[in-house]
Amino acid sequence: MDTRTHSDGWASSRSPYEDWADEAAVAVRPRAAVRRPMTALPPLTHMDRLEAEAIHVFREVAAEFQRPVMLYSIGKDSSVLLHLLRKAFAPGKPPIPLLHVDTTWKFREMIAFRDSLPERYGLDVRVHINQDGLRQGISPVTHGATVHTDVMKTQALKQALDAGRFDAAIGGARRDEEKSRAKERVFSFRSEGHRWDPKNQRPELWNLYNTHVHPGESVRAFPLSNWTELDIWLYIYRENIEVLPLYFAAERPVVERDGALIMVDDERLPLKPGEVPQMRRVRFRTLGCYPLTGAIESDADSIEAVIAEMLQARTSERQGRVIDHDPSASMEKKKQEGYF
Amino acid sequence: MSALAEDTRRQIADYLHQHERKSLLRFITCGSVDDGKSTLIGRLLHDCQQLFDDQLAALERDSRRHGTQGDNIDFALLVDGLAAEREQGITIDVAYRYFSTAQRKFIVADCPGHEQYTRNMATGASTADLAIVLVDARKGLLTQTRRHSYIVALLGVRQVILAVNKMDLVGYDQGVFDAIEADYRELAGKLGIEKVRCVPISARDGDWVTRASDAMGWYRGLTLLQLLEQAELDHADDLGAMRLPVQWVNRPDADFRGYSGTLAAGIAEPGMEVVALPSGRRTRIARVIGTSGDLPQAQRGQAVTLTLADEIDISRGDVLADARHPPEVADQFAAHILWMTEEALLPGRQYWLKSATRTVGVQVSDIKHKVDVNTQEHLAARRLQLNEVGYCKLTLAAPIAFECYADDRTLGGFILVDRQTHATVACGTLSFALRRASNIHWHTLAVDRHARARIKGQTPRCLWFTGLSGSGKSTIANLVDRRLHAQGFHTYLLDGDNIRHGLNKDLGFTPEDRVENIRRVAEVARLMTDAGLIVLVSFISPYRSERDMARALFPEGEFVEIFVDTPLEVCEQRDTKGLYARARAGQLPNFTGIDAPYEVPEAPELRLDTTAQAPEELAARVVALAVE
Repeated sequence: MDTRTHSDGWASSRSPYEDWADEAAVAVRPRAAVRRPMTALPPLTHMDRLEAEAIHVFREVAAEFQRPVMLYSIGKDSSVLLHLLRKAFAPGKPPIPLLHVDTTWKFREMIAFRDSLPERYGLDVRVHINQDGLRQGISPVTHGATVHTDVMKTQALKQALDAGRFDAAIGGARRDEEKSRAKERVFSFRSEGHRWDPKNQRPELWNLYNTHVHPGESVRAFPLSNWTELDIWLYIYRENIEVLPLYFAAERPVVERDGALIMVDDERLPLKPGEVPQMRRVRFRTLGCYPLTGAIESDADSIEAVIAEMLQARTSERQGRVIDHDPSASMEKKKQEGYF
Repeated sequence: MSALAEDTRRQIADYLHQHERKSLLRFITCGSVDDGKSTLIGRLLHDCQQLFDDQLAALERDSRRHGTQGDNIDFALLVDGLAAEREQGITIDVAYRYFSTAQRKFIVADCPGHEQYTRNMATGASTADLAIVLVDARKGLLTQTRRHSYIVALLGVRQVILAVNKMDLVGYDQGVFDAIEADYRELAGKLGIEKVRCVPISARDGDWVTRASDAMGWYRGLTLLQLLEQAELDHADDLGAMRLPVQWVNRPDADFRGYSGTLAAGIAEPGMEVVALPSGRRTRIARVIGTSGDLPQAQRGQAVTLTLADEIDISRGDVLADARHPPEVADQFAAHILWMTEEALLPGRQYWLKSATRTVGVQVSDIKHKVDVNTQEHLAARRLQLNEVGYCKLTLAAPIAFECYADDRTLGGFILVDRQTHATVACGTLSFALRRASNIHWHTLAVDRHARARIKGQTPRCLWFTGLSGSGKSTIANLVDRRLHAQGFHTYLLDGDNIRHGLNKDLGFTPEDRVENIRRVAEVARLMTDAGLIVLVSFISPYRSERDMARALFPEGEFVEIFVDTPLEVCEQRDTKGLYARARAGQLPNFTGIDAPYEVPEAPELRLDTTAQAPEELAARVVALAVE
């Protein structure tokens, strides 16, 4: 019996409250589930599930927010993010623009890669630089990692989000990166001023994301929340995703500072007395501002070799980030202030 | 060119292939505070070699600063990632950690134990395939153990591993373990948790976590890690009938129209007859597009885009389903609700309900009972407070396609969102439809006085205080007003003096004006009770007929006449405003009690003798009557 075809509309005299008492009589039990057919598909792998989960997040953001944007940092996680973004809306073009917060201290290779995107994929790529910071000459070399990151990344990001009136920003953060990230929701609510309140996060049940925000409030969405560094590389390998050559070993000019190998990417890096750039066979596990990003000595010059190396690794990827070497709670503090 | 030989390259490719194909188990750890949940996860990560050198170094540093294990590593600090958590030594929110073995990858959510963070525990449990319930061997099952097991069962987690921890502190006594196992099996049976495995462990030392231990030679089972590796994945062989909640309509150009979403159940394949719900329109699947192009079949959990044979009107929130086995469509449900916010759930108030990709208006029209999560007893309830679970009736603004939560988490689970604050205030699981969507319209819920009162969760009343000037009407009315407000009732106080400064400032104290004064106030009070308020009227209102006229404006039982009975001599002694002195001096003509009459009520609902009881006691009597 199809009950949906019958309607007497306004003439209805039944109170919606009256049949609670005899619920058993009107209860409609769903029918039993259908068993998997004999021609069984192989179960989804771990990688398939992560991919589907991420695409679900992209589509949810596009459907539920007025002005979404995707933060694009040019690194390997961003490459995976971009790949998933394009898949989520294929054969259409992604309805979400890309935003790169440029500190002006990125590796030259990164900027060239970024600038090739609009033509290759027909993407809307926006770039924001904190002009105040630029005028003040803020740099990681003269002001140190903390000030530079705050002004040219955190403040710049907030400027760009405010200027674009974006109500959702997609980022590539993963929970396995750092302890406070491990606590963050997939859809992470930000109050006005982009503040994160880690002690009072919205509950997040199943994959049902609460996307309601007031004007001025926003959400940061993290499709890669449940990916690990190894998953990122496995996916790059499986999907043959293009990543920057900086991730693969090559002879590069570096200087050694406080145990970190810093690449001399351009003439702006002042050399200390006696410091002479040496050509070393190095690669990067993570990419950021070049004076703040330590290289590792490596022979891994292919995706397979990178993965093989990672399986042997005894340090985490963020170890190469100078900015993270503050006391343990520093990432949480930066995130509360609006850092991604 | 490459540093790798060709066979090494192939070995790595094989390894990657194998690694990429591992299955995934998501589980949570829960249990009471200090049962050692975080320590257990730290132990698992450590023994599965998922900790890097720099993380271990940071951990050793933190252990010295904040740790509770003396010079030993405090593994809890690994997962308690927030500054406040490390300072207070408690878990506030869920932490997700990742590790893998040769067989399987794991996502573990470490859930907080404190009752005030139950919503965060529910967050972790909602996506879990399995729960590890930790119990301190010295303490046995505690309130938190029962609460968490109840939430685990409510959210449909069917497998539990009971890990009896700190066995080293009870001398590895088998009797202790057996007793706790028996207790827990009884609880799990009551809660309907299907599979329970039990293991004795010491998370601190690692016994039976990842390695067998001589300390408990009497235990013949598997280690905790082996139990995790061998746990069955949630109905891996039972995909159900095809359901696709439409998430996004993909229309890049006039030639392509696809419906994107994640398959909630079943298998989608070209040619399959499907029905769009709630519209009921039928068509066939033309193409199934996966993440890398067209597919012959796609299954539950995959993100797909379907194109259809016919152009029918489908938008986000609709469900495409196997036409042979469509889900029911309904707008009224019985459901369990876990309330997750400070402000209580009030029946009648409207919220947004989000289920799958659909958001609709909803009222919780009735709370059948709440559940004592410690005893599973059903208790009567008018509202649901933070962390309470209730069995409720939901009335939706529009019909939705749904499944019983036990059959389908996607089409059976929902959240409630507050319309003003936009907070996620509840999660819930649909049990069954109370009626099929057919002839019931949201419009039949006219916004009448009952609807307005219901949204406030109160019964409207007009509390009419009458008595001589200086009898204590306003004093008592003010106390009543404050008390009702403090209890969450919506009130308004109409005071004679104030009304005479505004609405009635054109009126004097002649008998005609006194009648008009009362008529206006009575009408205002009636409008306010219509709006659902509890109205307090504090007026001398000396004439019986006017009080009866006012009473007649209200439905039976809504008008409550309260006679503030204070003898004239007492009022005149108090004379707080100096009015009696002026009246006696002839400066205030028509003053009630002096040269104008006061007609004593014959049958008031309440008579308050101010010479016998203090104002607070009298106010309490009024409150009791007002909210009964």
